[in-house]
Amino acid sequence: MFSHLRMIPLLPLLGAAYLILFGRRHSRSVIHTIATVAVFASCVISLDAFFFGLPSLVRQGGITDLVYPWFSGGGVSVDLAFRMDPLSGLLCLVVTFIGTLIHIYSAGYMAHDKDYARFFAYLNLFCGAMLMLVLGDSLPVVFIGWEGVGLASYLLIGFWYQEVANASAGKKAFITNRIGDFGFLIGMFLLFRATGSLSIPEILDAAKTGTALSAPLWLGQPVAFWAGLFLFVGAAGKSAQIPLYVWLPDAMAGPTPVSALIHAATMVTAGVYLVARMSSVYLLAPAALAIVAIVGALTAVFAAAIGFAQNDFKKVLAYSTVSQLGFMFVGVGTANFAAGIFHLFTHAFFKAGLFLCAGSVMHAMGGSGDITKMGGLANRLPWTTRVFQICWLAIAGVPIFSGFFSKDAILGGAFATEAYGHSLAWVGPLVGGLLLLAAFGTAFYMSRLYFLVFSGPCRADAHTQEHIHESPVSMVFPLVVLAVGAALAGLAGVPPAIRELWGQHGESTLAVWLEPSVGAPLQVAHSAEWRAMGVSTLVALLGIGLAYVFFGGGYREPAHAFVRKLPRFVVLVRDKFRIDELYAKILLRPFRIACDIIFQVVDRILIDKILIGSWTFVADMAGRALRFAQAGDVQRYLAAFAIGAAALVWVAARPASPDEVRVVVGGRTVKVDLVDSDVGKDTLRYAFDFDGDGTADREGTAPSAVWTYGAPDRYTVSITIEDPRWHTRRVLKRTLDIR
Amino acid sequence: MPGHLYILVSLALFFIGTTGVLMRRNALFVLMSVELQLAAGSLALLAFSRGLGDQHGHVVAFFVMALAAAEAAIGLAIVVSVFRLRKKIDLSSIDELRN
Repeated sequence: MFSHLRMIPLLPLLGAAYLILFGRRHSRSVIHTIATVAVFASCVISLDAFFFGLPSLVRQGGITDLVYPWFSGGGVSVDLAFRMDPLSGLLCLVVTFIGTLIHIYSAGYMAHDKDYARFFAYLNLFCGAMLMLVLGDSLPVVFIGWEGVGLASYLLIGFWYQEVANASAGKKAFITNRIGDFGFLIGMFLLFRATGSLSIPEILDAAKTGTALSAPLWLGQPVAFWAGLFLFVGAAGKSAQIPLYVWLPDAMAGPTPVSALIHAATMVTAGVYLVARMSSVYLLAPAALAIVAIVGALTAVFAAAIGFAQNDFKKVLAYSTVSQLGFMFVGVGTANFAAGIFHLFTHAFFKAGLFLCAGSVMHAMGGSGDITKMGGLANRLPWTTRVFQICWLAIAGVPIFSGFFSKDAILGGAFATEAYGHSLAWVGPLVGGLLLLAAFGTAFYMSRLYFLVFSGPCRADAHTQEHIHESPVSMVFPLVVLAVGAALAGLAGVPPAIRELWGQHGESTLAVWLEPSVGAPLQVAHSAEWRAMGVSTLVALLGIGLAYVFFGGGYREPAHAFVRKLPRFVVLVRDKFRIDELYAKILLRPFRIACDIIFQVVDRILIDKILIGSWTFVADMAGRALRFAQAGDVQRYLAAFAIGAAALVWVAARPASPDEVRVVVGGRTVKVDLVDSDVGKDTLRYAFDFDGDGTADREGTAPSAVWTYGAPDRYTVSITIEDPRWHTRRVLKRTLDIR
Repeated sequence: MPGHLYILVSLALFFIGTTGVLMRRNALFVLMSVELQLAAGSLALLAFSRGLGDQHGHVVAFFVMALAAAEAAIGLAIVVSVFRLRKKIDLSSIDELRN
């Protein structure tokens, strides 16, 4: 079965196509069965390929499946081919497994939505595109998936498009992603120009063996740097990093399962995947890696800070996602690719879990996500609360839970990395320090969220309180599965320092597994590992403790005191540091003005007035003329008939005229020849007057005549053509110099 | 009277008739103008016939008179039925030939 990798993306895409075309005919149960089975089948095929097909083929580069040669010519040849190696296999499992759970959850969450079929069609479309992105063997195939997930994301953010805010959030996501996509394309072209190939394995081989990618390109930096940088622009767009992160919080306008699947667990991690995928290219360019790491670290801190003061359940989680993606980028940006992917893996579980908890809570609270109006839900939503607690502890980095291991792998690696060489050695400790700050922030805002929602008395109004209820089984089941994952996923990447305790040696299971794809794992001294774990545990507990002091059991006095002391700062954070407003001012306004000018000049004047206007004028005039002719007025028809008849008479009776008058002079002899194609010419009479005395010298039906002059002089020859039927005549004159 | 003057009179009559056919809105006047055109044609036939010394033209002129009578009968019948149907015989309001 595993040779049919193509089935993995194809099944959800087929499901999407079917549901778009025929979904309306079916009942809800049929719709969600089709969609869920399509993704679940992909999941089964992926599992089969991953566990039974892949291990024996790892050394040959993984499982490949060539569907057909897509295009070739001019030195380019691109196949529509899929490849599963340890990295893409892992991602494939995450996407199909979490995708299946989200489909199940959605069946409960969207049960009352009228556009049921459309929702599941889009979800399937997303899964198919994401799997194409992950499994694509060449950059163009990856790019199709890349654009496909962008499209699905746009469609699902604006799913409830009747509200303008949702529709414009979708547009914002799409347009911001376009900026990133542009970077992706440039990066792809640079790699193609340097290596002559678009196939990912060939590019990676070129990076490992050849010198094509280390040749300097611009500003003394190698091709690998620029390609890496531009690919990272694409990654930053898709994965919501500074400065392109602004779309992700707005993307929460979509239904919550969408937020969980696309905007937390899978699509937004595509950027991290891309960097890890192109690891060999990045290793050639430490400066590009440093930029990735620094941007990631800054994003992690910045987004965590914004998360402190958000009052919407999903907004907090959205900024948390941005922040956690920053962690992953620090992982891959410190050449610690396995750790970045490890965090992607664990994050998929706990963040999807958190989002589904958000959905469950909002479901219970009548659709509102305002955490200032929540509290005390622990008793009312027992299952949701348990799951949320596990995911919360996981993301905060409390030992044993999955986030602890993956975050430590990144933190430890940041301090230990040697990927930058001598001149950039300061980057590692810098990003490590920033991450510690971000980890503290993570623990704080997640604990704030937990305390405000689940502990203390309920702050909702009486009517809402009455309706608080635990969600149906179809929603609780995925929650529980994700909670198990959030708790245990970390076991895949237990660091060597801990493994040593029970006598196992070597790198973590996950790092070893990923080695063929992303290279040997980063070596971290065991002492440094223990130190990182200790510090991060401390930081996590500190964050949770501080949050308890502020928000344990609801808003407490220190929280109020803080707001009183720094009111403007709190408002600034609540307003997300007004980055959106800044972008609106420095980017959107000039852009709008430029667009307006172009619109007025190009659209209004050039296209509308000149290009279109001239043709509409022609068409309008032609229409008027035809309308005049088609008026049904018999007199008008008669007039046309009279004009036509007169024209016919004129044509028949018009004075004859030859096409050409040929005059040949040879000495004193002149030959005149009238060449005429007119059919009736043989009925004409011709008269030639050569000497200009007014009488014809030659006459008859022959259209030619010869004459010899007696003395040299200037003569005027006049030729008279007469039509005896109509008594019309025409006179032609030619002047001749006879020597 | 020289032959070409008859032709000129005929031409003038024909143009007056044509103008009437094309410009008048009242169907009765149009029919009368048609008669004028036919008369112009007859006159031209007679003039040529006499000028060329050929009697065929005279014969055709009789045919034209018969034709004109028939045309007037049918034309008037049509005008009467149109009037019964529409209570007016203004040609500009009759545009059923459209489409």
